[in-house]
Amino acid sequence: MSRADVLVSADWAEENLNTPGVVFVEVDEDTSAYDGGHIAGAVKLDWKTDLQDQVIRDFVSKEQFEQLLSAKGIGNDDTVVLYGGNNNWFAAYAYWYFKLYGHQDVKLLDGGRKKWELDGRELSKDTVTRPATTYTAQEPDNSIRAFRDEVIAAIGAQNLVDVRSPDEFSGKLLAPAHLPQEQSQRAGHIPTALNVPWAKLANEDGTFKADKDITAIYDEVGLDQSKDTIAYCRIGERSSHTWFALHELLGLPNVKNYDGSWTEYGSLVGVPIEKGA
Amino acid sequence: MCGAPAQSPTLPPHVDVTKETVIWGAVTKDGSPVPAAYVRLLDGNGDFTAEVVTSATGDFRFFAAPGEWTLSVMHKDGAVRQNVSASGPGLVEAQLAIA
Repeated sequence: MSRADVLVSADWAEENLNTPGVVFVEVDEDTSAYDGGHIAGAVKLDWKTDLQDQVIRDFVSKEQFEQLLSAKGIGNDDTVVLYGGNNNWFAAYAYWYFKLYGHQDVKLLDGGRKKWELDGRELSKDTVTRPATTYTAQEPDNSIRAFRDEVIAAIGAQNLVDVRSPDEFSGKLLAPAHLPQEQSQRAGHIPTALNVPWAKLANEDGTFKADKDITAIYDEVGLDQSKDTIAYCRIGERSSHTWFALHELLGLPNVKNYDGSWTEYGSLVGVPIEKGA
Repeated sequence: MCGAPAQSPTLPPHVDVTKETVIWGAVTKDGSPVPAAYVRLLDGNGDFTAEVVTSATGDFRFFAAPGEWTLSVMHKDGAVRQNVSASGPGLVEAQLAIA
């Protein structure tokens, strides 16, 4: 797999807006962003209502995912191009999620909404409807998803990468600073985790840095490539961005995203927590 | 929408400003509000902490912590960087003019 297989530029996107078999999908934290203007022809996925079970904290089932994609008009053979706000955090989360359920051809739009807007490219408010499909998902691929017991077992044994900001890692903040800070979980990080904020991997316009620059960042902090790696953040979306860089761009094997992340870990009774940088 | 700047930020319900350190303000260009500008909050070491997009009236806000911060604005029509200091919880205003 190469960078071109998983990441497309805004120019490529603009040239392929009407290409049959290419479906643009917007996924945002701010789920109203799409309604204010989206890439022409793009459908919207709501990460909270479409991709999360509405009762327990978990993903939607394989059957629900099939129903969702069928209703959105996405077919098994379509090339799905994901983009969104927040430097593609939630689009990267959706990318990982599509991979978890076995979609073959998924790509991220490099830079997401921000790059598109900063370039002054066109956004549309037209309603988008696509004919329904009959989508078939695969069983979840848990080789890319970490659960809490594996995370605890990885302390001091495998690579743990905390991709939150340095202030969240140290315990000064409990959430990214666009959100209120009063939270119920404890502050700090998982012992032995390396702090490599997701933002280090991206340029200011939201595009990914070159592979060699990303490799240099992990070499500098001493990521041991002979070990397995688990990435985490607060709720699993920024760590999807890092999972994408490590697993899809650099092609490292055995990289998992811990979607339980700090909201789960920081609420567990009795697990070790480190504070400070 | 009148010309006077807002006197306080719009906050979600239940936010306690005796506990939260709210850095807020608006982005303007030549005195007019700039919507859809990207505002970054950088920590005392210049590391990324958060990013928001300004509202239709150019407003932004962050929930930070006491300390030294930098605000960095990106927009297709200009940019600016400005330091801001929060001595304790409460409201900290920062008006950002891009050029």
